[in-house]
Amino acid sequence: MEILGILIPVSLFLGFIGLVFFIWAMKARQFEDPEGDANRILTKDWDDRPKP
Amino acid sequence: MALAEPDLGGMTGGLSACPACVAAPSAERIAQLSAQGSARIMLSLPAAHCAACISTVEGMLNAYPGVTSSRLNLTLKRALIEAEPQVTVDELIAALKRVGYEAHELDAGLLSATEADRTARDLLMRLGVAFFSMMNVMILSVAVWSGAEGVTRDLFHWISGAIALPTVVFAGQPFFKSAWASLRAGRLGMDVPISLALILASSISLFETIHSGHHAYFDAAVMLCFFLLIGRYLDYRTRAIARSAAEELAALEVPRATVLEDGTEVVKPISAIAAGDIVLVRPGGRMPVDGVVIAGESEVDRSLLTGESLPVFAGADTVVSAGEVNLTGPLTLRVTAAGKDSSLHRIADLVAVAEAAKTRYTSLAERASRLYSPLVHILSFSAFGFWMWRTGGDLRYAVNISAAVLIITCPCALGLAVPAVVTAASGKLFRKGLLIKQGTALERLAEVDTVVFDKTGTLTLGTPEPTNLDAHPQIAVEVVMALAGASGHPLARALSEAAKARGLRPARVEDLREVPGYGVEGLWKGRRVRLGRAEWCGATAPMTETATWLCTGEGEAPRPFTFTDRPRPGAAEAVAALQASGKRVILLSGDTDGAVAAMAGRLGIAQWAAGQLPAEKAARVTGLTAEGARVLMVGDGLNDTAALTAAHVSISPASALDAARVASDIVLLGQDMAPIADAVRISQQSARRIVENFLISGGYNVIAVPLALVGMATPLAAALAMSLSSITVSLNALRLK
Repeated sequence: MEILGILIPVSLFLGFIGLVFFIWAMKARQFEDPEGDANRILTKDWDDRPKP
Repeated sequence: MALAEPDLGGMTGGLSACPACVAAPSAERIAQLSAQGSARIMLSLPAAHCAACISTVEGMLNAYPGVTSSRLNLTLKRALIEAEPQVTVDELIAALKRVGYEAHELDAGLLSATEADRTARDLLMRLGVAFFSMMNVMILSVAVWSGAEGVTRDLFHWISGAIALPTVVFAGQPFFKSAWASLRAGRLGMDVPISLALILASSISLFETIHSGHHAYFDAAVMLCFFLLIGRYLDYRTRAIARSAAEELAALEVPRATVLEDGTEVVKPISAIAAGDIVLVRPGGRMPVDGVVIAGESEVDRSLLTGESLPVFAGADTVVSAGEVNLTGPLTLRVTAAGKDSSLHRIADLVAVAEAAKTRYTSLAERASRLYSPLVHILSFSAFGFWMWRTGGDLRYAVNISAAVLIITCPCALGLAVPAVVTAASGKLFRKGLLIKQGTALERLAEVDTVVFDKTGTLTLGTPEPTNLDAHPQIAVEVVMALAGASGHPLARALSEAAKARGLRPARVEDLREVPGYGVEGLWKGRRVRLGRAEWCGATAPMTETATWLCTGEGEAPRPFTFTDRPRPGAAEAVAALQASGKRVILLSGDTDGAVAAMAGRLGIAQWAAGQLPAEKAARVTGLTAEGARVLMVGDGLNDTAALTAAHVSISPASALDAARVASDIVLLGQDMAPIADAVRISQQSARRIVENFLISGGYNVIAVPLALVGMATPLAAALAMSLSSITVSLNALRLK
């Protein structure tokens, strides 16, 4: 049962990473314009060079 | 160009353990922007829909001199533009029109998008936290359910508690706040049993954990938080979209007027205009104020106010009202009333009064919760009382049972039943071009059995179409085409377009001159020819239809060119579909008998009335309601606003006047009318789904509550009932077609 002492903190830590990532994504406004982002990937505007 | 990649700022910053640090770049950006003194412009682009739209719009805007950056939000169909102060909105709108996009200015301040945004993100964050802890507590609970004993069980309970308690405190706040508010108002809302269940479940679980008990409900508490927050978030999002739509539409017309001060023209906001000021209205402009014409002659289009499709002459001393459109010549007005006192505003105020007096519709959710929350409390307290008596005062056992009853009955699925369906349905309708402004509009639309249409601007586009071009000799049409080409009057434009479509070329007419308010005249083969109003051309024959006259002088009788209003695309389909589904369709218009009869015949509407005044329309709708009919009113003009408000539910096209759009519950974004019939069908379907959802969650309760009452509801049973009912309810909502 000693393994629990390692596994539970590890699983909690992994879950916590997910939570932090979600909060980051929200703060970075990743959910602001889902439809636009889905379409933006299809544009060819900056295919040859990065957006300045 | 630090602003070129506004949304990617955080992405390159890497992962940070501190969420606040990640948010910092955007704050920095705002500071930068204000330092540069640049202007923020927000435009609504209802036609944007695809990847190519993004490239075209952003490419055009970014290349526009003075624009620092621009971004098109396709979800909200809005473009946010950062530009140097000298760039004006009108230029940008004109530039967008050239690349094929209709754009409207939005008042960025009025929209207060950031505020609504913050609340939504706050809810989403609580949802994320609740999800995280639900998953972790669930894993620990599985171990307990599958038979962990003694110290292991206690350890798992302690860890669960350490995760669950902070979560309940943080994620449960929206419920606690609203429960407190409703308790202070002396009501028992849905949130009271929810909060009670959360608090009771957490505290009894903590107590059990301390005393090494068998059952802890930590998982149920966080799960409750999670599922209810989903419902709350969906509900909030639908309402935020509806509200922003309403604000967006209200903000569409930024009211300004050109005032003449000592001979110079000054553009002023309406609020700064007082009675007695002199205002200039250019052709094509809308009267910003009520006034009397002191100089200039023109024709005004009153269709939005009265429903008349024929423009009216306006010369010195003509009284004009705010909202009318000036067609041909510039008019100088002396203001008699502006802003809040103008007739436009007075009608808007009347609508506000009617709105307040309107019997408030109780939504299905409200009715359900009114029935539900007393029941939950009674059940829980009677279970507590019964087991106290039965066990001879075993407080721990009795509290355990009553907590279990509260958790089981807690309206998890009920909280999802309505928001899930409404979200699915309004998403469907938005894709069809209908914007729901009122939360309960969908349910009310489902009950409709009578549909009342307005004619001008609603069933028709308000664009005239010549009807008798072929009745005239070709040479006459060619002369007309030449004359019409010199004017921007809607009838003239329609004539020259129709002639062009027939492949004709304009005759050689010289010395073309537009006489504002009357028509166009010119010299054709040395003869003076005129195209315009009947009296100006010397025509005397009375016409019931909209017409303009051509006179070639010298003994020839003037020729009438008649028009009909072009029907809106899909109008016939919408009417046919509504009639096919057994709805009674009525046409009420302020226009003349002939025009209304023709339109009714064309669309197959048997019941119609012409020459209706605004009050008569409203009275008719009220009369129908009194007879027991549920009326859907579809209208666009100021003359319809009272009727729109009086109806059970109302729809207006986006081209409608502000007041009408504000008064109506649903706005039709595109030109096509056909979605109205679809909307009625979808609303009926969604009302059925809502009731089904109530039955489903009620069914789970019928099975689970007796178990809880006799003390057999283990945490496992509670978790199962809760998740199963929530999932079935959401899936049922998605069945909407």
